[in-house]
Amino acid sequence: MSGIRDRVAVVGMGCTRFGERWDASAADLMVEAAYEAYEDAGLETGDIQAAWLGTVSSFRTGQPLAEALKLDYIPITRVENACATATDAFRNACYAVAAGVYDIVLAMGVEKLKDSGFSGLAIAAGPGSDVEPPTPPPSQFAMAATRYFHHYGIDYDDGKRTLAQIASKNHHNGTLNSKAHFQREVSEDQIINAPMIAWPLGLYDCCGVSDGAAAAIITTPEIARTLRDDYILVKGLGLAVGAFGVLRNDWDFTYFPETVRASQAAYEEAGITDPRAEIDMAMVHDCFTITELIIMEDLGFSPRGQASADVADGAFSLEGDLPVNTDGGLKCFGHPIGASGIRMIYEVYKQMQGKAGGRQLQKADLGITHNLGGRPGSFTCSVAVFGRPD
Amino acid sequence: MVGIAAYGAYIPRYRLGAETVGWNSRQERAVANFDEDSVTMAVAAGSDCLSGRDRSLIDGIVFASTTLPYAEKQCAAIVAAALDLRTDIFAVDVANVLRAGTNALQAALDAVAAGRAGQVLVVVSDTRQGPPRGETERASGDGAAAFVIADQGVIAEHVGSHAVTDNMLDAWRAPGDPFVRTWEDRFATEEGIERIVPDAVTGYCQRTGAAPADVAKIALYAPDARRHARLARQLGFADAQIQEPLFGAVGNTGAAFAPMLLASALETAQASDLLLTVSYGDGSDVIGFRATDAIGDTSSPPMGVSGWLAAKRTLSDYETYARWREVWTLDDASRRPAAASPSVSALWREGDKNVRLYGARCRNCGYVQYPAQRVCVECRKVDDGEPVRLSETPASVFTYSMDYIAGAVDTPLVVAVVDFQGGGRVLCMITDRELDEIRVGMPVEMSFRKLRVVNGIHNYYWKAIPRRTPEPAAMAA
Repeated sequence: MSGIRDRVAVVGMGCTRFGERWDASAADLMVEAAYEAYEDAGLETGDIQAAWLGTVSSFRTGQPLAEALKLDYIPITRVENACATATDAFRNACYAVAAGVYDIVLAMGVEKLKDSGFSGLAIAAGPGSDVEPPTPPPSQFAMAATRYFHHYGIDYDDGKRTLAQIASKNHHNGTLNSKAHFQREVSEDQIINAPMIAWPLGLYDCCGVSDGAAAAIITTPEIARTLRDDYILVKGLGLAVGAFGVLRNDWDFTYFPETVRASQAAYEEAGITDPRAEIDMAMVHDCFTITELIIMEDLGFSPRGQASADVADGAFSLEGDLPVNTDGGLKCFGHPIGASGIRMIYEVYKQMQGKAGGRQLQKADLGITHNLGGRPGSFTCSVAVFGRPD
Repeated sequence: MVGIAAYGAYIPRYRLGAETVGWNSRQERAVANFDEDSVTMAVAAGSDCLSGRDRSLIDGIVFASTTLPYAEKQCAAIVAAALDLRTDIFAVDVANVLRAGTNALQAALDAVAAGRAGQVLVVVSDTRQGPPRGETERASGDGAAAFVIADQGVIAEHVGSHAVTDNMLDAWRAPGDPFVRTWEDRFATEEGIERIVPDAVTGYCQRTGAAPADVAKIALYAPDARRHARLARQLGFADAQIQEPLFGAVGNTGAAFAPMLLASALETAQASDLLLTVSYGDGSDVIGFRATDAIGDTSSPPMGVSGWLAAKRTLSDYETYARWREVWTLDDASRRPAAASPSVSALWREGDKNVRLYGARCRNCGYVQYPAQRVCVECRKVDDGEPVRLSETPASVFTYSMDYIAGAVDTPLVVAVVDFQGGGRVLCMITDRELDEIRVGMPVEMSFRKLRVVNGIHNYYWKAIPRRTPEPAAMAA
């Protein structure tokens, strides 16, 4: 197996402003993201040979992308893989290019969540016996927080302080990003004292429910070189799907094996052996603050049980040794589910091009993105590694 | 010898009482939680009754209640499945009358006496409601009792019965009306209970040759404490012969009232005591049992009436009761999309998982998993699991959350991952809980509850409750 490393390049990207986009339909959002990407790459609709549309609940097929962009009878595949949807659409697009089937393809992620009239996620399950307790995402991740704190002997006040430091950092990063859903500083005390959503998680421990779209144009490195110098290369793609944790008494909610496995696969492909030292930035799936904390350990950034100390030391802030969620993360950029993975790639791409404005990192040579879809014990996890051409 | 081989009871955890703001009565009464109904309470009483017994020997079930959740659809079948009874048994729902509990006992006694069944489980359960602020609401309570009627191992032998049937419209409830309606009090008392019950008791004495003085305890129905005292006096029973009616503690539990008093009487009965059970409703049933030498400590259920009475909590306010029992309905402010009807075919397919609460133990590697898996989560052996019933397995909370936005009646909704002793894990709600008692490691037990009613379908499943019953010795080993 030769793997994906250095075999495909990203030459153009677009990302809408995320948020409560009362002004925009899902089709509008896709047009906005696609045309930014076209312009960025210097390409147009006619150059796109195939496309992958990632969306969890906005559409069922690939047709809405063709309809919105007037694509020319090209193959389009709709991808749905929970919160890893966009990254998986991107991943499939990468493999098609690497296989030599296409030269230039489009990966689009979109979600229009704010037409439901309901503040939370309103995605209905299919027909079933409905005996599972109602556990919206905050409740699911709250159970991870409860057990993580119990396991490491962290009391409520200390645990809330750590989570508040994560939320506060991501809120700060969001103030430096004009496309973010939330662009306001929030203090640790405000976060700690906010209304409870699912104990022990309060309002600011939860990410935004947003509308948005993000797009990537993928091609071969050879073609990329003809289009621009500052394209970026895919170094590794890991995807791990697990559903066994909830069936086992020996899985303890303090780590997510799907992240461990997906990152191991991606690191191996990319040749990363010491992630904390080698990786310059990480856009991770901070759907809740506790998720970011656990991810820091699962990705190998912090030893088990030590992420709180690294958070307190500011290791993952813009000034830290491994900045995490420089664009505000799901917490503040927002979380249109089917778009989030490509939004993360967008930030890595802009950082590597030196176009990240007030949040620009000094060293941005190797970056990763990470998505976690599902619930503790039963996740779909994607990890993607990106680098600059040598 | 035909009679009672085992008995049990159930009283919900919560009470309206002197400390309940807005209740305006010093009398305490038991209140079913929002997720309890007559079916779930019957399961709890049945479980108390069947504790330590081989339930595969039960040949029939008779379920009595005036508050069955379905007008068409057998509720005894739900109770039988939740109690993991065999399927080759007969099942009967007895409904529509306060006498339903003694009707059920009599039917079971007759079936066993006729040799049609070796053991019959009788469960009686009621959650009657009166209009808000009225006398019926004040006097009513929720509760259940259960008995195994058998021809062997009898602790109280059936020694006689007498019935009177007298068409009498003193209390009634029309379909769709949540509340019991009554005619004028004095008419109902004088021409109803105080005329009919003495007739029935006199008839019993004539038929069996017993005299009131022979009775050790009388488990006597009456709608409230005042009329209970009057009726007992009228019948000529001394105070010591009257089984304490629990009006100030539980309330009038309807069809379950006299059977619960019988269960209470059995807790303290001595060998050769004559126990008279007297019900009322369109007539009256009088059933006599005489305690045998087998009665005693070992025949007591884990909880019984006295055990449940001790495990109570008082509601802080009337509003909570009104919300739980849908006396008032509150607008759902969250604009959460309306729940769709559960799929009946999925419910049917998952019957063993959802109602019997079966997990599976892999025959190859021994790993216990819930729900049962086609492919073992440990060794990946295919289709080689044996059922493991988890409904009465001691368990503890592994982790939990308290969800303030899930739109539950009892916000916050407490959801937990619960680990069973010996393996198996379930994600479920915790009910009958006080927030300050919930912690990682908290001992819990499973309780059959009503999740929701959509499209008339009552969707029942198991929730965890803070452990109230003693841990069975065999399970703890």
